Amino acid sequence: MLANLAKKGDWVQVQVTILHPYERAPQVPEDTKKVPLEMRVKGFLQDEVAEIGATVTIKTMTGRLVTGKLVAVNPKYEHDFGEPVPELITIGLELREILESSDGDDK
Amino acid sequence: MSQDRSYAAVMARRAEIMRKAVGIDYEKFIIEGIAFDYEKMMEEVGYSIEEVRKIQAETCVGNTPLVELKNINRLIKKIAPKGKGARIFLKDEATNPSGSFKDRRAAVSVYHAQKLGYKGVIAATSGNYGAAVASQAAKRGLKCIIVQECYDSQWRGQPEILEKGRACEAYGAEVIQLTVGPELFYYTLVLLEETGYFNASLYSPYAIAGIETLGYEIAEQMKELTGRFPDAVVVTHAGGGLLTGTARGLKKAGATQTKVIGASVDLRGLHMASDTDFNRKYFTTGHTGFGIPFAVFPDRSDVPKNAARPLRYMDRYVLVTQGEVFYVTEMLAQLEGLQRGPAGNTSLTAAIALALEMDEDQTIVVNETEYTGAGKLPSAQLTFAKKMGMIVKRADPIKEDVPGKVIAIPEHPSQIGVIEYPVEEMKKSYLKELIKRENRSEFTETEMKFLEEDLRATRAEIIKWIEEVKKSL
Repeated sequence: MLANLAKKGDWVQVQVTILHPYERAPQVPEDTKKVPLEMRVKGFLQDEVAEIGATVTIKTMTGRLVTGKLVAVNPKYEHDFGEPVPELITIGLELREILESSDGDDK
Repeated sequence: MSQDRSYAAVMARRAEIMRKAVGIDYEKFIIEGIAFDYEKMMEEVGYSIEEVRKIQAETCVGNTPLVELKNINRLIKKIAPKGKGARIFLKDEATNPSGSFKDRRAAVSVYHAQKLGYKGVIAATSGNYGAAVASQAAKRGLKCIIVQECYDSQWRGQPEILEKGRACEAYGAEVIQLTVGPELFYYTLVLLEETGYFNASLYSPYAIAGIETLGYEIAEQMKELTGRFPDAVVVTHAGGGLLTGTARGLKKAGATQTKVIGASVDLRGLHMASDTDFNRKYFTTGHTGFGIPFAVFPDRSDVPKNAARPLRYMDRYVLVTQGEVFYVTEMLAQLEGLQRGPAGNTSLTAAIALALEMDEDQTIVVNETEYTGAGKLPSAQLTFAKKMGMIVKRADPIKEDVPGKVIAIPEHPSQIGVIEYPVEEMKKSYLKELIKRENRSEFTETEMKFLEEDLRATRAEIIKWIEEVKKSL
């Protein structure tokens, strides 16, 4: 199965524009007002077959039907543990050294 | 659904939607004008400590360990002036089922939703509360929708919020991921109307009653461990619920002399609803973007009368920097063997600075920890920060931190400090916002009495502040 093609029952993600820029709340700052409020939600594809970008309907985990643009098939969790951060790596050693030094013990 | 779902139309139906979704008639607690009977609301709608303990025990929530941070306390003694260096104890709330104190809040909300016969619950939260509600809903067999503010307009997701979304899905919840904007509240109303589910608001009396057990347990456990109540409890402060609930629980246990100190990460200057500022912050909660606005106008929340009213209980408010909290998160992992946080370590960071100024025979309790992992770890957040163009360096955090530009990680534990934010300033801001909203600066006798309680201030102070505020308007 191609990653950009989904069939009925597949776990997919859709995107829906909730508010266009001109519909946004009055208190929204200027930069945010220039862009739409968009939403993504995952669920099971209801259409027989669909390609990325197509308008489809999904059934979400609570059983709601949501229609939107198909943006991912079997969407992956993309957050991770990050890279080793040089500014952090030595902190433990530095603290251990202070703890094990004899300075300040007589206080 | 044939109803008009435009922003203005839905917001106009707000009161009606909320009444159906929370099951509280807030009108009955209103005394006059701005005045309402807070204690009556908490009594009639909330649950007693005994009831809450029973409800929480059903889903393994609460009764978390309280531990002395002996290695960190030794480190503090080494760098503290003679006679200073209070002992720090940590309430390990990460041991709750979904990994944070938020389970206490969710336990009561979801119990109540089930009791009232709702088929599902909805919570608007980008924080640990989502996982807590999802976890409790799973246990009680209710459907669950969590609404998150998660991405900027380029679909760059805040790693911590993405992780919280994953956790919600792991408990079987439907997760709604939105781009930046305060209309998250609007869309939550749309979903409440569509589904008829219960609004598991963070700010209902149930949610706050759920946290009271945390303060109560701290008082009991400290009495048992040290023979007396703690001198101070430091609370990571965002929406105000943790501070309010903890303080109320401490008082109910008799710890009336314990100082309640709020601590937030300093993100002043970054606009919370700004698409560009959104990914310039590496803490998604526990920061000034929530801490100050929610203290000065609690009823900005998703319920008509917020049960979280921190100015009633806060004795002192201090700010710490992102870099300090990342440093202390490393400290907690490598000296105490506890991998937690980082946002939950905001209060621990402040506690270390406060311990250095407090006497060595005094005690401080840090009232929470939270689970950590992918997206949440300092390494995940700092990798993301660097990608967003932040400068990350080892330097004196109090002098060199610039929210949205520079993250300064201390070079030595003696650089851990706090920025004082006078509670009085927040009380004045509260009055300023109130005067602007109401478009009047005269208040009735009943309203003044309410303000004395809501601000924990004397009549003379309030009159003086109103005069000051009027001049600045």
